[in-house]
Amino acid sequence: MPGRRNRSGGEVMTVARNREETAGAEAGRPAFDVASVRAQFPALSLEVYGKPLVYLDSAASAQKPSAVLDAEMRCYREFYANVHRGVHYLSIAATAAYEGARSKVQALLNAPSARDIVFVRGTTEGINLVASTYGRQHVRQDDEVLVTTMEHHSNIVPWQMLCEATGGVLRVVPIDDDGALIMDEFFALLSDRTKIVAVGHVSNALGTINPVGSIVDAAHSYGAKVLIDGAQAVPHMAVDVQALDCDFYTFSGHKAFGPTGIGALYGKGELLRSMPPYEGGGEMISSVTFEKTEFREPPARFEAGTPNIAGAIALGAVVDFLDDLGYEAIGAHEEDLLSYATAMLEAVPGLTLVGTAERKAGVLSFLIDGVHAHDVGTIVDREGVAIRVGHHCAQPVMDRFGIAATARASLALYNTREDIDRLVEALGKVKEVFG
Amino acid sequence: MSSELHDLYQEVILDHNKRPRNFGTLEDADRSAAGHNPLCGDRLTVHLKLDNDGVSEVSFEGSGCAISKASASIMTDAVKGKSRDEIEHLFREFHTLLTGDPSVREKASAELGKLAVFEGVREFPIRVKCATLPWHTLKAALDGRKDAATTE
Ligand SMILES: Cc1ncc(COP(=O)(O)O)c(C=O)c1O
Repeated sequence: MPGRRNRSGGEVMTVARNREETAGAEAGRPAFDVASVRAQFPALSLEVYGKPLVYLDSAASAQKPSAVLDAEMRCYREFYANVHRGVHYLSIAATAAYEGARSKVQALLNAPSARDIVFVRGTTEGINLVASTYGRQHVRQDDEVLVTTMEHHSNIVPWQMLCEATGGVLRVVPIDDDGALIMDEFFALLSDRTKIVAVGHVSNALGTINPVGSIVDAAHSYGAKVLIDGAQAVPHMAVDVQALDCDFYTFSGHKAFGPTGIGALYGKGELLRSMPPYEGGGEMISSVTFEKTEFREPPARFEAGTPNIAGAIALGAVVDFLDDLGYEAIGAHEEDLLSYATAMLEAVPGLTLVGTAERKAGVLSFLIDGVHAHDVGTIVDREGVAIRVGHHCAQPVMDRFGIAATARASLALYNTREDIDRLVEALGKVKEVFG
Repeated sequence: MSSELHDLYQEVILDHNKRPRNFGTLEDADRSAAGHNPLCGDRLTVHLKLDNDGVSEVSFEGSGCAISKASASIMTDAVKGKSRDEIEHLFREFHTLLTGDPSVREKASAELGKLAVFEGVREFPIRVKCATLPWHTLKAALDGRKDAATTE
């Protein structure tokens, strides 16, 4: 996997600091050609309201390249059957493809073993799985779970439910006015009572890239385990769970150009092996009698029932797709786009960016003086520009900034400077309507 | 600008958004209720003074998009001095205006007076909840329910 950095190199973010150094030139890779990338995404040539679509909502869900769509279709057409339970040809072929996809995800995250990768529905299920297995096992009365103000609701609510059930206490690491974590407060909150730290790698509402490496180190010095919500990281940057030394890492396929209903949870092997099952059912047992059931080893233990076979296989195709482009090139392209977009939006009269941390991925949350985000969204939509408006499932972030909602443009590898120009032009219409 | 957008953001609506009428608290209100649109996080409170079976005074507070704010503003003007039955009838007609089929819409529009400016919202189904949030909240206040009315 290209562009991996060692631990001291920071949070495995491979966005090139010096574009000339890496963009395209690396290892004989062809330069990142955004036009040919776009051509691989059928949805990007759609027209809406008679205008070419500008898709700036990839943080909510990303569009899919043909290779991924084809992989899912090919599975159903050519080698589909249930996995792990057939002696027949098709089942053996489907099982091989499903397990092959697991190995691809292992490589994507640089996990030590494919057995450390559990297929889940998405980030939400990954977090719930850890909260209700490892969490239930280890969080007792007055133990603490640490989250941050900028978490997505899916990295808050499962921990809240866990604490309610166990008498544990949820503590929150605050953020500063730029939307960066206040690390001193994080260090101060850590104690021997801290059992789990659950933190987003990249904030979906603010774009902040968190220093997850330092967070893991500090948490481990108190014996706490760390879960990283990678939903907004995997689409943009190389992730190396061994370099990070995190205990759990989870992401959603659909935000990374894959299908809905599939994602992955990485867990350290010894932790996964020590955890009780999440759901009971077929596939996850080694023997069942009415007296006692023996559970299988991970990852099967955590994959009860027939899994999303075609989805997992398509997720494998996502890994190939990202590998072909290379995170170095993706990162360089997106960094260029983010600085362009930041400058362009800052120049729009009456516009304020929310989330201005030094280290950011492609999320631009903003407010427009005197105009509610909902109205902004409706008007730019009619210009063919898709953005998201609202609280982005991160109400504590909105509360922190004393606002109800923002408009959010989010970038992915297929976006261009022209997309940003179209957004800025559409924001001109907002001005036209609201004066 | 598209004609749908023009129909949505009519002058009257923009004016009420900018200078909402009956905005603020109400001294000695008999009833208050909070409304919430979980989709966008908008919150709004409606205060009422009752007089026999009717609403003698009404105000609203909160933050929201132009559609919900203008809707609240025009609604408060429209329901002042009306009986509960009249208000419920208006709400039904308002709902018909936004979601009903053309055969019933015309009649509704005729009965709604100034409230008919919201007809353009029907081209934006996702925004119907913005326009109806104040009405749901008003209804909660009339029913004596304090806690959040929602558009869900
Ligand atoms: C940071 C973050 N975490 C978690 C999630 C939840 O992901 P999913 O809905 O795919 O489970 C999201 C999706 O919006 C997200 O942005």
